[in-house]
Amino acid sequence: MEIARRNMPPETALPAALHQAPGAEARVSIRDLNFYYGETHALKNVSIEFPDRQTTAMIGPSGCGKSTLLRVLNRMYDLYPGQRAEGEVLMGGENILAPGIDLNRLRSRVGMVFQKPTPFPKSIYENVLFGVRLHEKLSKAAAAERVEWALTRAALWNEVKDRLNSSAIGLSGGQQQRLCIARSIAVRPDVLLLDEPTSALDPISTLKIEELIDELKRDFCIVIVTHNMQQAGRCADQVAFFYLGELVEVGASSQIFTAPRERKTQEYITGRFG
Amino acid sequence: MPDEPKHIVSSFEADLKKLRDMIAAMGGLVERAVAEASAALLNHDPEIASRVIENDAAIDAEQHKIEQFAVRLLALRQPVADDLRQVVQALKVVNDLERIGDYAANIAKRSIVISQVATNFPLAGLGQMAHLVQQNLKASIDTVGESDPQKAIQVWRADQMVDDLYNTIFRELITYMMEDARNISTCTHLMFVAKNLERIGDHTTNIAELTYYAITGENLPDFRPKGDHTATYIHTAPN
Repeated sequence: MEIARRNMPPETALPAALHQAPGAEARVSIRDLNFYYGETHALKNVSIEFPDRQTTAMIGPSGCGKSTLLRVLNRMYDLYPGQRAEGEVLMGGENILAPGIDLNRLRSRVGMVFQKPTPFPKSIYENVLFGVRLHEKLSKAAAAERVEWALTRAALWNEVKDRLNSSAIGLSGGQQQRLCIARSIAVRPDVLLLDEPTSALDPISTLKIEELIDELKRDFCIVIVTHNMQQAGRCADQVAFFYLGELVEVGASSQIFTAPRERKTQEYITGRFG
Repeated sequence: MPDEPKHIVSSFEADLKKLRDMIAAMGGLVERAVAEASAALLNHDPEIASRVIENDAAIDAEQHKIEQFAVRLLALRQPVADDLRQVVQALKVVNDLERIGDYAANIAKRSIVISQVATNFPLAGLGQMAHLVQQNLKASIDTVGESDPQKAIQVWRADQMVDDLYNTIFRELITYMMEDARNISTCTHLMFVAKNLERIGDHTTNIAELTYYAITGENLPDFRPKGDHTATYIHTAPN
């Protein structure tokens, strides 16, 4: 069931435990999350749910904690001393902040795409398989199938299918970003995190990525950080506004952009502070 | 809204203010049209009436100017939240104002006919109704761009009195027509005048509703208590 729903190649069936939540249930539930950079209290009692197969946009002025929250979701902060998270982040019913969590497995469940495209100086083909190879051993045929699947889902297949062995560096910025998305989804994550994925792209490439997000949310839980309000409005089902480490308001994007409940949200999205 | 912190982009702030000012200016023209149409009717003054009819074109022109400006704001500024609601309000309010202008012109046209045929007809009821309608219209135009939703609710409620007066006048005119068939022509004109005033009252409440929406993001309920059904009553004679 799960496999068909996610449009996955058959031999790459997922462990059932990773995909318990059917429908639009919360894929990620965050409860009373606090995060500290040393003495700095960067996230304050944040509780939010990221529903499955929906896009949540996180907005807020720089330094409000959006990116910190993304870093918590794949425990990237573990790499740095003095940074710690308290509270609960449930992913598929499992608290990923708990000690003893397998970080490699966690990171295979949470794909991340950054502001600037980060292709590796390898072929397009190898770029897509880079993450997959850390977690899975695939036959040659299965690997080729996975590459085609990921590139197709990332709306890049038709543009690159004849030059899979060319260097990824030769792609345009927009193509590189879609390649990075292909690389992220190739490991079949539960959650796809996009940290300002279009801020370095031209308008047409931006629209292509937005179209892609729309397409991908049928299969994934997507969380996007963006400074572009219109983009949040266009892409997201749900919008969360953060300010000074606090979650000020979360709601349907149609509500947030027409009649926000909180004064601070209104002032921020209309450009009265930030 | 005026009591909010200023927009970071001051030209956007200026644009929103300009939009409010344009509506206030168009509102002024419309208020004057209604006042002059009422005066033309009550004082049997065809000269003022002709001026109202002529000036209607200026109101229409103002409507187009505001619509164009609001569309430009939507396209170039992509407003959201209360800014968006203000622009949407502007686009709809100008429609109401334009309709009110049309009703005023229609009252003026009929006042010319009435002044020719029946200068001795009692018009106190219509005078009172016109006064009340003007008062509410001014109050509702004043609420545009304000930040107190209670004022909008007050204007919205005040229209009940206009409706009550309309029903009273309607009954009164029916009585005149029943008394003497020669009154029918004049009374029909007066009935349309009353109806026009009643419609102006309705558009006035629309403006108040739009202000309420612009301030709060919520709609007022789409009903106000209605007490009298005179205007929609169908009489069937007993067999």
